[in-house]
Amino acid sequence: MTEPLLKVAGLNAWYGESHILHGMDFEVRPGEVVTLIGRNGAGKTTTLRAIMGMVKNRTGSVLLGGTETVKMPAERVARLGIAICPEERGIFSSLNVTENLTLPPVIAEGGMSLEEVYSLFPILKERGKSQGTKLSGGEQQMLAIARILRTGAKLLMLDEPTEGLAPVIVEQIGKTIQELRKRDFTILLVEQNFRFASSVADRHYVVEHGNVIDEIANEAIDQNREKLTQYLGV
Amino acid sequence: MIEFLGVPLPLFMGQLLIGLINGSFYAVLSLGLALIFGLLNIVNFAHGALYMVGAFVAYLLLQFIGIGYWPALILAPVIVAGLGMLIERFLLRPLHDLDHLYGLLLTFGLALVLEGTFRHFYGVSGMPYSIPDSLAGAQRLMVPTWLTGEDPVFMMALPNYRAWVIVASLIVCTATWILIERTKLGALMRAATEKPDLVRAFGVNVPALITLTYGLGVGLAAFAGVLAAPIYSVNPIMGSNIIIVVFAIVVIGGLGSIGGAIVSGFLLGVIEGITKVFYPEASNVVIFVVMAIVLIVRPAGLFGKGA
Repeated sequence: MTEPLLKVAGLNAWYGESHILHGMDFEVRPGEVVTLIGRNGAGKTTTLRAIMGMVKNRTGSVLLGGTETVKMPAERVARLGIAICPEERGIFSSLNVTENLTLPPVIAEGGMSLEEVYSLFPILKERGKSQGTKLSGGEQQMLAIARILRTGAKLLMLDEPTEGLAPVIVEQIGKTIQELRKRDFTILLVEQNFRFASSVADRHYVVEHGNVIDEIANEAIDQNREKLTQYLGV
Repeated sequence: MIEFLGVPLPLFMGQLLIGLINGSFYAVLSLGLALIFGLLNIVNFAHGALYMVGAFVAYLLLQFIGIGYWPALILAPVIVAGLGMLIERFLLRPLHDLDHLYGLLLTFGLALVLEGTFRHFYGVSGMPYSIPDSLAGAQRLMVPTWLTGEDPVFMMALPNYRAWVIVASLIVCTATWILIERTKLGALMRAATEKPDLVRAFGVNVPALITLTYGLGVGLAAFAGVLAAPIYSVNPIMGSNIIIVVFAIVVIGGLGSIGGAIVSGFLLGVIEGITKVFYPEASNVVIFVVMAIVLIVRPAGLFGKGA
């Protein structure tokens, strides 16, 4: 079996006094699209932030391409080839679209060129001079994904990329994720929209109370429908 | 004699020039202060003291090593920027996660220590620092004949050095504005101001960027100090005399606004100068009156976010 690109073991994380993650265990292999699913407040976003080094108080193990990162600051973690697209999209209001797009430094070879990014998201070229936060929600989401494609990161973490978007935009983001998979990107996705998650992912980890409580392969979705309904409360 | 609004023209123009020169110092100082506040969210009370240190470094370079004005104009800001980076790295960084009030208190204490140290060694009477020979002398400016319709009339004497101060300030302010608003480094600085955690997650060493920004901000203060040395004497209290006015200017421009700091600096220097002509008694308070009005009408400042 292929060595995992990301292996999380016994990951604990705290915000101040609040213990959020209670020993998360999961892994993502190269080229996979894996989702973390679960109810609001289960700890999915904190997991991504803890992997990225954005939560300072964390213990356990996060192996990225075989390198232990749990003691590293975020900027060093990023330079190992991982990038995050945060839940709130993280568009900088003081920068225009082009500046937002070209802000993250290239950390490794093999990232997309600006032209390739524009071919995936043509609207970003048209809106280049607009202030980043003046874009529509869907356009901001595209910008947030687009800007990490240039960096050369091979593992992309997308935090609820479909949240609050119109169905037509959700479909477009789904196509983008499929396209990224074809280009050998590995994707760790946090989603609440299970229909969307099942249309793009290979495997799903169910997160509850800061822990992984189940793993479901995408092809086994139908057999686990009842269990999923219970987990997600839908 | 030609008069302007009932005031002799040479007197009016002389005060306008003084206003522009003060405005030059205000602009460079408030620019550095706005830069530091924008990225670090620290009200840098040590800014005036570091302006004074800049002037003293130029003075000491001349006294002990014989390094004159022109090299000191580069060297002193670089030395003070280095000092600033050490201050940020070892004193301010440990306070990053605490309330911003701690940064204010620390820099206030630092200002007292720096001022007290120089006061101990040099007193408060001030050290002379000569104008460089190449900028000695003055130009006689005349009112153009197309304006008077008769023979040229004397308008004012413009000392070369004071003209240089205005030009140098404009160059430095413009260069800093271009750095912040038009370069990749500036974009990173602006982005790190908004979302430092995310910028770090892009692989950018934000703590180093913050140290660099603090160094740049205090380097600007030191540059203003060297420019000021030949005009005012080099004095341990020169910083504390100007810093409160500079804070008012930053508030008027909009906290953290780079363009606002530059425009307000020059504008308020001129307003202060003109007030000296028409109502000298109010010249010391006019900037604070303007600040009060701006805060009532546009609480975020003239160029601040949300204004």
